[in-house]
Amino acid sequence: AMDTDLSSQDRKDLDKFIKFFALKTVQVIVQARLGEKICTRSSSSPTGSDWFNLAIKDIPEVTHEAKKALAGQLPAVGRSMCVEISLKTSEGDSMELEIWCLEMNEKCDKEIKVSYTVYNRLSLLLKSLLAITRVTPAYRLSRKQGHEYVILYRIYFGEVQLSGLGEGFQTVRVGTVGTPVGTITLSCAYRINLAFMSTRQFERTPPIMGIIIDHFVDRPYPSSSPMHPCNYRAGEDNGAVYPSVEDSQEVCTTSFSTSPPSQCVFTVTKAHFQTPPPVVTDTLKVPVVGLAFSHQLSSSRLSYQPAALGVGSADMGYPVLFAGGLNAAHPHQLIGPGKEGGVPPVPTQPAHGTQADQERMCTPLDGVHYSAATPSSSEDTETVSNSSEGKSGSPHDLLETIFIRKVGAFVNKPVNQVTMANLDIPFAMFAPKNVELEDNDPMVNPPESPETESPLQGSLHSEGSSGSSTGNTHDDFVMIDFKPAFSKDDILPMDLGTFYREFQNPPQLSSLSIDIGAQSMAEDLDSLPEKLAVHEKNVKEFDAFVETLQ
Amino acid sequence: PLSSRCCAPRSAGPAMNCRAEVLEVSVEGRQVEEAMLAVLHTVLLHRSTGKFHYKKEGTYSIGTVGTQDVDCDFIDFAYVRVSSEELDRALRKAVGEFKDALRGSGSDGMGQISLEFYQKKKSRWPFSDECIPWELWTIKVNVVNLANEQERQICREKVGEKLCEKIINIVEVMNRHEYLPKMPTQSEVDNVFDTSLKDVQPYLYKISYQITDSLGTSVTTTMRRLIKDTLAL
Repeated sequence: AMDTDLSSQDRKDLDKFIKFFALKTVQVIVQARLGEKICTRSSSSPTGSDWFNLAIKDIPEVTHEAKKALAGQLPAVGRSMCVEISLKTSEGDSMELEIWCLEMNEKCDKEIKVSYTVYNRLSLLLKSLLAITRVTPAYRLSRKQGHEYVILYRIYFGEVQLSGLGEGFQTVRVGTVGTPVGTITLSCAYRINLAFMSTRQFERTPPIMGIIIDHFVDRPYPSSSPMHPCNYRAGEDNGAVYPSVEDSQEVCTTSFSTSPPSQCVFTVTKAHFQTPPPVVTDTLKVPVVGLAFSHQLSSSRLSYQPAALGVGSADMGYPVLFAGGLNAAHPHQLIGPGKEGGVPPVPTQPAHGTQADQERMCTPLDGVHYSAATPSSSEDTETVSNSSEGKSGSPHDLLETIFIRKVGAFVNKPVNQVTMANLDIPFAMFAPKNVELEDNDPMVNPPESPETESPLQGSLHSEGSSGSSTGNTHDDFVMIDFKPAFSKDDILPMDLGTFYREFQNPPQLSSLSIDIGAQSMAEDLDSLPEKLAVHEKNVKEFDAFVETLQ
Repeated sequence: PLSSRCCAPRSAGPAMNCRAEVLEVSVEGRQVEEAMLAVLHTVLLHRSTGKFHYKKEGTYSIGTVGTQDVDCDFIDFAYVRVSSEELDRALRKAVGEFKDALRGSGSDGMGQISLEFYQKKKSRWPFSDECIPWELWTIKVNVVNLANEQERQICREKVGEKLCEKIINIVEVMNRHEYLPKMPTQSEVDNVFDTSLKDVQPYLYKISYQITDSLGTSVTTTMRRLIKDTLAL
């Protein structure tokens, strides 16, 4: 079963996240239909009750209704949580406007980290929900409610019923979050035909004033839950008391951690594991060597206070992060690297010549094995490109020290005649060579009758032979070696680090050479008068700009 | 917003792995600011987190992000933004400059404003830090002139509907869960996030704009941006 792949703690966390995500989703939707502008404050210190790091108020009645509808269950396949938004006129006509659906499908993402990635993506999804709830047609209707109509909400759990939306309804997807037990999907189906249908389709119910006062309207359908007005005003409570969410002991305090990804550790306190996990170390004593070779390494872990350990409303004021000071519980730290927060898992990495990477990910915790000088190649998703940093130097020294390793792919000659030209390094042809080697250079003196292994080989040789007298034809084309530049070499292992060190001084760019530089400079000079004219025209603007710089 | 030295500007457009999204809107002159703010705030809502508080042993906690509704005066539209006055001020300033530039001479009402998210990569002295963009949002704007009040009223509604579509597009992109910079260690946090605001923490971003004059070439403003970037401002 799926559950065995997910640790029980992860499963508990995930269920909790989904539950609170569902509750917050309902809050966002209903609050967006209250007819008022919503405003919550940012707080730089976490208070311990802001799920998903977002300030979303909890209207107690709404939470109560949502919990009632869910009845202790979570969205699952075929069991969706739906928030229905409808409009009711002062004459009693009502019309469904939107159905917001929180669904779960079977597509599982086993690799994803619950405590980090799923949590953050749920947070992102709530932000998207905040944005999308303002762009469907019902938003503008709800802002104008109160006189001729009100907006009502109803929460139900089970199968999605879209038939009340009329024909041609549209759907907007808010977003999805993959989890190890399924993919959470949040979407909205909304009516676009806002013309009122004929009255016979609608119920005649007591006048609207009664609804506002009583807060509840009972629909005659026995199976449906009561509808509620979205213009709940906290002050007009008619006496019903709802348990506030704080009392439920479900507190999420989130703490993330960063450390080099090689330290993918499970830190489990004694209280929480029964069998020794495969690898357990003292997380915090792992050497920090990792940071030296890649400044982007990090992983994050979520630690939180399990609710059972007595964190109730009394403790909410404290930024409860680790159990450092509390003796009630120890944080249970989980591995957190996720696709956007940590090192991507090994299966997504293309094969590299750096075996250190493979080991590091597959056996988390052997301590830290890296090739010392290997710049991290696992950060494939990084946009960092190691530009040459402007070192100018000639490759002379470098290439001469390189061992002659392999015959180039298109050279048809015995191995003992390899030359520097045949190094399987890109652009080896640009390296200055010893003169005596030119005779052996296949690009200058191609073999007599090359057996064409590829069309490319034939053309290379023909180019070479036409210019063989000058001896400079090797500059006209590059020997193409289909061996990827960073792959391992059987004959002479050269790992990425060595390669990188050796090629830190690439040859000078031809565009930086004097001839070409002079050319483009001449062009620049020619266009100068034009440009000056334009700038003179705008001199006032420039002056103003310079003013702003003072 | 960053106090220490600026990055060397990237010369030739987005880097290899930078994803780029382009949105286009046609608006009336007085709608430019609100339309730009709506889009920029919506993107930044998704690209801001609470403030990080690093603790011992490499862990950190995240502050809370509040949100608020903003109604537009000249467009039948409302949007949600992060509750941060500093961030709002910064965006308003940039958008205000863009609007002024659009109105200025040499412009036929076309321009674009870009929001670029980048990471800093430290280089060894004497080279200045590199800025590597990882996401670029470009909003192309076409300013239209309307003749009468009736047209303006229609424009209010139409632009409102268009912006709804843009918000949906933005949310679609955000939902792809594509590359985001890794969560940084404390020493690296300023290379990934803008930590200068007191209540929220957006990813490092910069806003720039270009005005197209009738010849289709961009004038002064690109130069302005370059000058500002290279000076330590």
